Amino acid sequence: MARRARYSRDPLGLRRALAGWLLPGLVAAMALLAALAVAGAQGAAALADRWQRGAAAAVTVQLPEAEAAQIERALGVLRGLPEVAEARAMDPARLAELLRPWLGGSAGLPLPAVIEIRLRDARADPVLVGDRLAASVPGAVVEAHGLWVQRLAALARSLQALSWVILVLVAGVAAAVVAVATRAGLAARRDAVEVLHGLGAQDSYIAGRFARRLGLLAAGGALLGTLAALPALALLAGLAAPWIADEQAGAVAAWGMLPWPALAAVPPLAFLVGWATAQATVRRWLRRLP
Amino acid sequence: MIRFEAVGLRYPGGGPHRGAWGPEALSDITFALPRGSFTWLLGASGAGKSSVLRLMHLALRPTRGEVEVLGLRVARAPRAALPPVRRRIGVVFQDFRLLPYLSVFDNVALPLRLAGRAEASLRADVAEMLRWVGLEAKAQSSPLELSGGEQQRIAIARAVIHRPELLVADEPTGNLDTRQARRLLALLREMNRLGTTVVVASHDEELVARFPAPSLFLHEGRLHDPDNARGLDGWAEDDELA
Repeated sequence: MARRARYSRDPLGLRRALAGWLLPGLVAAMALLAALAVAGAQGAAALADRWQRGAAAAVTVQLPEAEAAQIERALGVLRGLPEVAEARAMDPARLAELLRPWLGGSAGLPLPAVIEIRLRDARADPVLVGDRLAASVPGAVVEAHGLWVQRLAALARSLQALSWVILVLVAGVAAAVVAVATRAGLAARRDAVEVLHGLGAQDSYIAGRFARRLGLLAAGGALLGTLAALPALALLAGLAAPWIADEQAGAVAAWGMLPWPALAAVPPLAFLVGWATAQATVRRWLRRLP
Repeated sequence: MIRFEAVGLRYPGGGPHRGAWGPEALSDITFALPRGSFTWLLGASGAGKSSVLRLMHLALRPTRGEVEVLGLRVARAPRAALPPVRRRIGVVFQDFRLLPYLSVFDNVALPLRLAGRAEASLRADVAEMLRWVGLEAKAQSSPLELSGGEQQRIAIARAVIHRPELLVADEPTGNLDTRQARRLLALLREMNRLGTTVVVASHDEELVARFPAPSLFLHEGRLHDPDNARGLDGWAEDDELA
């Protein structure tokens, strides 16, 4: 009975023709890269989001005297500058509220006027904006505290994009590896494939056997690779935790921060890549037979 | 049943240019074999016997003319139309073409499994077929453990297990001693008696003399056909006998 069960899954003897650890090993290495890229993309996205929010008011301008006319003039100049996307005077009441813990509630204390501006392009130099503003409004000071955060966020975004590119590349290389393995299997079982073809097997039948075998090999390799990536990912997540989560996030929370759904998707995706590549390769090869 | 109409066949390659075609291996082959007939295909080696047989079991398509097998016009049929017809044809090769990594039982069961027969129902048929060729004791052996004659009988069993309408054998006695060759021919005649159309290519004149039947004679890729326009020696006598 065991023999019968073995046959029905493997009439082409592919378990022996497509054996060994080379293909699963290669796919495992690529799955490891894919897992790192997925986690990298997700981590970079989280950092970018957090930093972007922190950089809502990238640049502030302080005016020493909070006179309405002066604020209006400063706003006029700022809105006329091409680099400035938005300029908004901060409500004096809100400012006083923000400063109350330090200055106390005394209403008589003169506070500077504050204007929040957002630059069109984070790479623009806020010093130039300050210089031009100071020319018409003496004493105006530009503070670019949020700008480095915005630049970090842009960096995180490009890291995220890079991770996706790596993912696509890894999938492409995996498909190429599977195609080479499929050709090796076809070469090893050429006689058997021709016999089955001669006995009236449809292309879909033969391609299906190869596709199932190679899909399973790829999925197995991907599972190993993803598991191997987990410790490294947990370590990285632990290092990134203070940046993303609240202070209490530690090593324990790091496991929870891993992108589990994406990681769990790596082996099934590897199966799909292996299955589809083998199908296409075998069907193309079979076209040479009448 | 089988009809060849001005068939020409060229194999690819051979020339200095890629995609070039070689010289015609077969030219102007025209004949028809009726259902239930037994036909010898004779000729020296290189005369084109194997090419004619490969056209018959749809391992090749003609480059010229038309081949009709079991109602399918092969020359222009879509590729997907060929496998169902192949499943109605049994083929015995000179080199057996058994699958060495499958047991004797699984080799013989292959055509039934490809046709989608359930495991439970094919077991008895395969056992019966192995009994018919006298190898029921070797069902779980590997084909590699069998002698040439035994392998040939397994190849026959695989070719006829699904009761094909057409049985094609290419030099089936080439690897057998005289006694085994006669036994094999007796099996083929038995299949023919049960209604299968049989075509056997051979250059063993002694064997052909022992089992007289209509014959097609090939010479340098052409049907050698001095007096019969259809290329069928002996059918007239058969008709008269019938």
